[in-house]
Formats: sequence, structure tokens, C-alpha cells
Amino acid sequence: MNSYPDWWPLVFGRFTFEAIPYHEPILVATFAAVAIGGLGLFALITKLGAWGYLWREWFTSVDHKKIGIMYMVLGIVMLLRGFADALMMRGQQAIAFGANEGYLPPHHYDQIFTAHGVIMIFFVAMPLVTGLMNYVVPLQIGARDVAFPFLNNFSFWMTVGGVVLVMASLFVGEFAKVGWLAYPPLSGKAYSPGVGMDYYLWALQIAGVGTTLSGINLIATIVKMRAPGMDMMKMPVFTWTALCTNVLIVASFPVLAGTVALLTLDRYVGTNFFTNDLGGNPMMYVNLIWIWGHPEVYILILPCFGIYSEVASTFCGKRLFGYASMVYATVVITILSYLVWLHHFFTMGSGASVNSFFGITTMIISIPTGAKIFNWLFTMYRGRIRFELPMMWLLAFMITFVIGGMTGVMLAVPPADFVLHNSLFLIAHFHNVIIGGVVFGAFAGINYWFPKAFGFKLDDFWGKMSFWFWVIGFYVAFMPLYVLGLMGVTRRVNHFDDPSLQIWFVIAAIGAVLILFGILSFLVQIVVSVMNREKLRDVTGDPWNGRTLEWATSSPPPAYNFAFTPMVHDHDSWADMKKRGYQRPLEGFRPIHMPKNTGAGVIISAFATICGLALVWYVWWLAALSFLAIIVTAIAHSFNYDRDYNIPAEEVVREEERRSRALAAARV
Amino acid sequence: MSGSHNDVGATQAHSSLAHDLHGDHGHGHDDHGGASHGSFRSYLTGFILSVILTAIPFWLVMGDVLGNATTTAIVIMLFAAAQIVVHMIYFLHMNTRSEGGWSMMALIFTVVIVVIMLAGSLWVMYHLNSNMMPMAPGNHPM
Repeated sequence: MNSYPDWWPLVFGRFTFEAIPYHEPILVATFAAVAIGGLGLFALITKLGAWGYLWREWFTSVDHKKIGIMYMVLGIVMLLRGFADALMMRGQQAIAFGANEGYLPPHHYDQIFTAHGVIMIFFVAMPLVTGLMNYVVPLQIGARDVAFPFLNNFSFWMTVGGVVLVMASLFVGEFAKVGWLAYPPLSGKAYSPGVGMDYYLWALQIAGVGTTLSGINLIATIVKMRAPGMDMMKMPVFTWTALCTNVLIVASFPVLAGTVALLTLDRYVGTNFFTNDLGGNPMMYVNLIWIWGHPEVYILILPCFGIYSEVASTFCGKRLFGYASMVYATVVITILSYLVWLHHFFTMGSGASVNSFFGITTMIISIPTGAKIFNWLFTMYRGRIRFELPMMWLLAFMITFVIGGMTGVMLAVPPADFVLHNSLFLIAHFHNVIIGGVVFGAFAGINYWFPKAFGFKLDDFWGKMSFWFWVIGFYVAFMPLYVLGLMGVTRRVNHFDDPSLQIWFVIAAIGAVLILFGILSFLVQIVVSVMNREKLRDVTGDPWNGRTLEWATSSPPPAYNFAFTPMVHDHDSWADMKKRGYQRPLEGFRPIHMPKNTGAGVIISAFATICGLALVWYVWWLAALSFLAIIVTAIAHSFNYDRDYNIPAEEVVREEERRSRALAAARV
Repeated sequence: MSGSHNDVGATQAHSSLAHDLHGDHGHGHDDHGGASHGSFRSYLTGFILSVILTAIPFWLVMGDVLGNATTTAIVIMLFAAAQIVVHMIYFLHMNTRSEGGWSMMALIFTVVIVVIMLAGSLWVMYHLNSNMMPMAPGNHPM
């Protein structure tokens, strides 16, 4: 430290070369792998001359379909990172008994469980859910794009900005060592003086901007841009759940932003919102963060409920049982999710009346959720069920989620929670509902809508491999944690003394390896499907005999989605149109007005990311400069009037004729 | 096959997306039952009401009119709430009909959520002391 010249902190803030963790063999190896892989990818793209293509057609695209796909890619890449953390934890806990200290020292282990939680929620589950909503919702309501196409692109790149900060923390400095919700006083300046917490704060703040804006965007899209005839009670269930989720996002993410901002003030300018002194109260942080945190879990699960509903009615070949009750259950969950947050901290010290109020509201919220399970069951009853991959994920979800829901109701009983809180029972519970609900839902959605996005189905064999490895792996990995939790083992511990516990951790580690095979099978599934795409090709645009509007157009849909905006008469509109003998329009095409691509979103987000990095390292001049650059770019973009164009009628005719020829060729 | 013709659908004369793009330019086609723009008179009314609702709390504090800090604080809160309503009606042009009722719906939802958050937080934080040992004031271990 002392060998740095006086001007160093002025230019580089608190960055020094000691901050690069070259003394950690695991990180050096990871860095080498990432660097070589990254350079290889860079070289490959350069060799293919694809940078221009990627920039013009993808990075700057305002097409909701491309942005949706980019979200999915981001989520899957980050799943690999988050799962690597999980494997390391399982490995450590399986061996670190007695004299064996394992291979992860506490300060490293703490970063890993923090990173695992943050990444899995913010940068895996959120992008996957947002990606599916982005891709599917405009198609389901017969729209050409979202309400604010540029904002959509900007939201995506802000999420990427958050990802860049979290990934940078791996190789420059450190990540937070405080658990995924960073409770003070541990996360305050006094106990976490390093850059890790600041990476956490700025990553969440930047990604949160993107999430909030995409929530506003999708609400406006669903409220304002539905096809004529589609009133609220004719909307597909997935669109309904997307609407409720985005209402939750818009109402709750500002709370997260505010809470994180207050903690940031505590750390940067010495305020005392969440300290123990001068009137501060760390418990206020816990209270505020869970006012955001509980709606957040419904933000993740509601769209997945929507996916399951679409899958159930499509693969049972009939209308969803109890459409109206499904909608009302979703709306009730939306409101109730704001009334249960205290169940995350029953043990914080509130009296019996507060705890019993929140215990009861928590139990009440399981009623609409239970109603949904019955709706899916009755949809299957007397349905003509096709056991395709999405349907299999639905069945696995129903069984797994019911178990997770029941352990959740157990935890909702305050006296039981006093015994089980902070134990591995809790860990098992929330993985049970998040993996069983959100991850299975994302896989159901990916297998269901992949043919729509790319024009060919996903490979069945590797899909089934992935399914069985995931489902069995989940049970092997997490059922032992229920047992350990009931025995009183707490979370976030990197070493144990009692050898009788070890066998359970070994079983859990085996489960994690099975899940690894599940993830690898999924990657193989995609590669194999791309290689066999001609054999798996679907030219009809409706490979599953679907029921909602996204199946009415070609796969992949043209940039304008629908040559003519469909007229809606009933819910399950596409099934209704098919029943009435729908004929594809072949003439009378008109020019279509569309938004134009722009690089402003990428550029502003890049400046925001630089600003975040500068603030983490106290490089004040760079922070000020990049913040100024954000403002200037945003103002400059507002003067860009060249933001729309017309797809000429001839091009629409060409596109539609291409589809007619493909359809005719397929019929022969 | 009768009825199939309807399903084909007609192009919307003014598709929502196109409408949105025009809106971006500030050409301001504010149709589709959007909020009204208000008149000079309504802006003036709003302004005068806001000034009055701001001046009274100042007077209450500066002149120490009520003689009791707690009562003064509560009265100021009430004036602030009234001020919010004035802003919503005269400056944000909200009424039960704007945007086809969606503005009202959003407002009700927001109010419900904000009330839950504020009342809930106050209750929760206040209740934290219920299981604490009684402590004499000024005896805080620092």
C-alpha cells in the first residue's frame, strides 16, 4: 500500500494491485478459464465478421422478440455461474468435517453463498422470467412490439450492467460476504469496509432500474395494446400473470431502490439510517428489504403459474378449468403478497399480535395458490393429455411445489418458525418452491415456446434426460437439507464438527451433481436441436396445436409479428379462430409502421456500469464524468427523431408469400 | 364458413404502436380517452389552492398557533394530504374517467399498498419493543 505515489488515490481511488486476488488459486484458474473462453469467443466472432451483425441486429435491436431471447441467453449463462457457486458450496460442506477444513476458507465461502443468492435471484430467475414475458406477451395480445421499444432495449442493458459489476467483483476486489439480502450492521461500513458490499449495492441499483422500467413497459403494453376484441377477461392467463407480476415490480422495486440507497448513504456519507448509533435501526432495513423481498418471490412465481396454465390447456387439449378463478386467484395473490413480509423475520422481536397477524396472512395466501393447483388438476381431468416435455415439467412442478408449499405453511406458524428459522429446513423450503416452481416453469416455457422463437422443436431425448436429472437431482439434493434442518443445522456454515451429519451432506452433494447433469443435458439438448434443426423443423407456426394468439403467426414470427392485427372473439383466441375455419389473409397488405433500432440503450447502460465501478472504487472523477455522460447521452437521444420506419407493403407480401410456399411444401 | 371473414380482421386504422411512436415525437394526438389537458383557469385554481395549503402550515409553525408540537405535526400532515389531492386533480388531471378508469384503479392500488407499507412498518417497528426489558430513559448502553 505504502509504495503507491500520492496522486494514486486521486486517479485510481482505493484500487491497488493487491485487490486482484492472484493469491487465490481457485479464482486464478477461473479467471484463466474465463479469459481464454472469452478471448476464444471474441476471436471467433471477429473471424466470422459478426460484430457488425450482432451490433445491428441484436445489441441495438428494439424488437421485443430479440430482446426476449437476449434475456434468456443472459439468464442461462448466469445460471452456469450461480450453479458453479452451488457446486462449490455442496463440495465444501460434504468434506469439511472435523480436522478437514475443506478447500474454501470462511471469507471465500461467505462470498460464494452471497453471490449464489444474488445471482440466482437477480440475474438468473429475473432475466428468465422477464425474457419469457418479453417474448410472449406482445404475441399473445396481437401487438407488434411493446409500448416503449427503446426503453425495453435500455432495460435489458441495465440488467447486463448489474451482471458486469457482479462478474467484475470475481476478479477485481471481492464480493460481499453478508448473505444475499445484506442485513446491517454486518453490511455497514464498520463491519464490511471492503469493496464487496459496494459491488453488491451498485449492481442491484443499476439492474433494478432496468427491472422497474421493463415493468412499466409491459404494464403499458398489456393495458394499451391488446388486439381489438380482447377485453381483460379474454386475455390469455400468461398475459394476466405477466400483468400482475409487472404491477408487483412497479410497486415493489422502488422500495428496494430506496432501501439500497439508504444503505449506500450509510456507507458513503456516514448517515445513520441502519446503524446502532444516533437513532439508526438495523431492523428497519430488515423490515424494508422484505417489503420488497416478499413481493419479489411472487414476481418470480406468478409468470410461471401463467406458463403452467398455458401448458396445461394446450397439452390437455381443452380450455383451462376455471379461467375466471385463475384470474382472481392471481389478483388476490398480488394484493396479499404485500401483507406477509414479516414472516421472514418472526424472530426479530415483535410481540405475539404482530407475529400471529402475519402468520395468518401467510396461511391465507396459500388458499389462492391451492385453488390454482386444483384448476390445473381439473384441466387434466378428462383431458386428452399429451406427455410432451412442457407437460412433464408441469407434472413435476405440481408434485414438487405442493411439498414446498406445505413446508412453507409449516414455517408460517410462528412457534415452528422459532425452531426452524435460519436452518437448512428453510433453505430446503425456498429451493423447493423456487426450483420446483420457477426453474421448472422456465424449462416448461423454454421447451414450449422455443419452436415459436426459432422455427424448430427442441430435441426430445436430451430434453427428457435434462428433465429426469433435474427432478431426481432436486429431490436428492434438498430432501437431506430438510432432515438436517430438523436436526438444527444452521445455514451459511462452512465447517462442521459432528461427523454424524456428514452422510446427509454427501447425499446432497450427489444431488447437486445430478442437477449438474441436468444442466449439461439441457445445453446438449440445445446444441443437438440446432444441429438437427431441419428434422425438427416446424413450418406451421403451431407445432403443439396451441390455443393462444402467438401460435397464429409464423415461427419465428416476422419483425412485425402479425401482417394484420387479429380480431378476438373469445379467450383461447387462436383455438376459437381455428374452430371457425380461419383462413390466412393472402392479399391486401399495407405498409407497417415500426420502431427503429438505436444504440442509445447500450451506450447509456455502459456509462452507468462505468459509473457504478467508479463509485465502488471511490474514483470520484470517473464517477462524475460517467454520470454526466449518462445525462448528456439521454438528452442527445431525446433529439433523435429518426426512430421509426415503414416496412413497405411489398416486403410484407414477400414475407407472407415465403410462408405460403413453406406451408405448401410441407403439405406435399 | 360464414363468420370466418371477421376472423381475418382488418388493419387497425391507427395501431397502438404507431400511436405510441407519434406520441414520442410530441405531436400529441391525445385521443383514446386520455387525460384532459386542463385550462388556464384550472391551473390557476390549483396554484392558488396549493399556495394556501402551503401558507397555512407555515403560519401554524411560525406563529406557534396551536401551542402543541404534536397537534401541529398532525395538522400539517393533513394539509399535506390535501395538497396531494389538489395536485392530482388540477395538475395531473386525474378523475374517475381518465384513461378509461385505469388512472383511478392505479391510484387506489397505490394508496392501498402505501398504506399497508407505512402502517405495517410503523406497527412492526413499534412492536419490536414489546419483548424488551423495561429500560429507564437515558440508561441506554452506549
